[in-house]
Amino acid sequence: MLGSIKGLKVTLSTMMRKPVTAQYPIANKRLDIKKRFMGFPALLWDDSNSEPYCTGCMVCVRECPTQCMTATMADNKKFSEGKSTRKKIIDSFGINLSRCIVCGICVDVCNFDAIEMSHEHELSKFQRNANRANLKSLLAMGKTFQSKIKWEPIQIKNIGNPDLRERLQAAAKAQSEKINANEGKMDGKPEGSSL
Amino acid sequence: MKISENINESGSTVDMLINMGPQHPSTHGVFRLVLQLDGELIVDAEPHIGYLHRGSEKLCETESYSQVVTLFDRLDYVANLNSELAYCMAVEKLLELQIPDRAWYIRTILCELNRISSHMLFYGVYGLDVGAMTPVLYGFRERERIQSLFEQVTGARMMHNYIRIGGVKEDTPPEFNENLHAVVLELEKAIEECDELLTQNEAFLARTKNISCLTIEDAIDFGVTGPILRSTGLVEDVRISEPYGIYDRFDFGIPIGSTGDCWDRYYIRMQEMRESLSIIKQAIKQMEPGEVQAKMRRIVRPPKGECFVRTESPRGDLGVFLVSDGSQNPYRVKVRAPSFANLQAIKHMLEGVYVADAVVILGSLDIVLGEVDR
Repeated sequence: MLGSIKGLKVTLSTMMRKPVTAQYPIANKRLDIKKRFMGFPALLWDDSNSEPYCTGCMVCVRECPTQCMTATMADNKKFSEGKSTRKKIIDSFGINLSRCIVCGICVDVCNFDAIEMSHEHELSKFQRNANRANLKSLLAMGKTFQSKIKWEPIQIKNIGNPDLRERLQAAAKAQSEKINANEGKMDGKPEGSSL
Repeated sequence: MKISENINESGSTVDMLINMGPQHPSTHGVFRLVLQLDGELIVDAEPHIGYLHRGSEKLCETESYSQVVTLFDRLDYVANLNSELAYCMAVEKLLELQIPDRAWYIRTILCELNRISSHMLFYGVYGLDVGAMTPVLYGFRERERIQSLFEQVTGARMMHNYIRIGGVKEDTPPEFNENLHAVVLELEKAIEECDELLTQNEAFLARTKNISCLTIEDAIDFGVTGPILRSTGLVEDVRISEPYGIYDRFDFGIPIGSTGDCWDRYYIRMQEMRESLSIIKQAIKQMEPGEVQAKMRRIVRPPKGECFVRTESPRGDLGVFLVSDGSQNPYRVKVRAPSFANLQAIKHMLEGVYVADAVVILGSLDIVLGEVDR
């Protein structure tokens, strides 16, 4: 009998507590999404050049474990006009979001800061093919994500502010020269690039 | 199996065949158990597996080394980080990599948290199996706390892909330490609460005490590992007997049972949660800032060779046998899944017990079908 009474005490004290659950479909009553949350991948927009960061190099397409992506590359018209530093630019991009397993490998392998796991995660649609995202919808997802978390490029060469970019580039150059000088003394060879 | 033509010695009654599963609420997945009943007693039991077979081991051979981690997430989908760790350790052993200390501390903390969340799920559904509705709500509430902590660190609640070859994906966010402290404090309270709620409950004791006692000899013969082996009274834990990673730096106990019955299996898991919390607390104290990724080439290509690693997952001894032929894809990945080995003892355990206890015994094994079928 004693064990059951002890158990009842626990349930009674829980009855008095605030609920820990949240109502899902009601927007302001959901649990908030964490900053690192991985939703579906989205393409990011370079505001300083008004073009996507993506050059269509296909590395994410090749590394995707489920082969849910397609991409094609085109010559960048802005490059010939001298308005951009990107020789090539993304022409079309497709992700089958129902196939995507949200692993984040595409973000890790990207060399251009072009793809990021957005906070978009809802899959219910009315049409069967509505989960196939194209370049336009991926960029729209990316824009929402960028403004939501105030996204800044990770790579120095992509930083929009030219003063800041040059300052950081100079600092990075000095750093790498220092390391190279040290390694020359120790006769060590760099072991490839780190992840 | 000659179940269908079996006739009792008296010659008058025919044993009854019952299919438990594949869509049975207490089989914890898609699992079929064919029971042969003589009245209320189970005469014979035959487990049928394979309903969740996805060919993970074969798929590993077509993926590159870093992509395979995503497949290991989906093996033991209740303790994902523990399965990731086993695979990454195997590749690191082939590459002879030195993993930075901080990466090991993050791995250990997250894996132990994952052990607690896995045992919390067991606690909840085991309550359901014996007929108590309340524990599952408590178990899931605590599991949610841990999962939202995982979401902050890894970006996902279940399929993390966070433990990578050579370390972890990225360092913990700045607010992690504070949140971890809060979660540990809350878990401490919650484990005591859960303990009070179910462990000494008379109805629960009547359902689980002295049900399907397993002897040490039988347990070893069946290759049973983890909490089920320890419940028989044998001290066997890979974290102690073959310490991997940084487990030799922590001081923690291995709870063991005495009779090997269902209640012992349950209670060992409750005690293990406390030990895991003590490991986490020690790890927080010892952890220092630093690198979280070993220096390595971007394309993982281990030299020709093979290796076998053992880790202690919440369900038991999780082993990964990895063969490399020097290319970008593994030549063979064999998983020694603890759930699969533990399930082999079910026939022995079920013989001669009442049919009402079948659910209790199956629940006490805490199998995850993703790992059994692979």
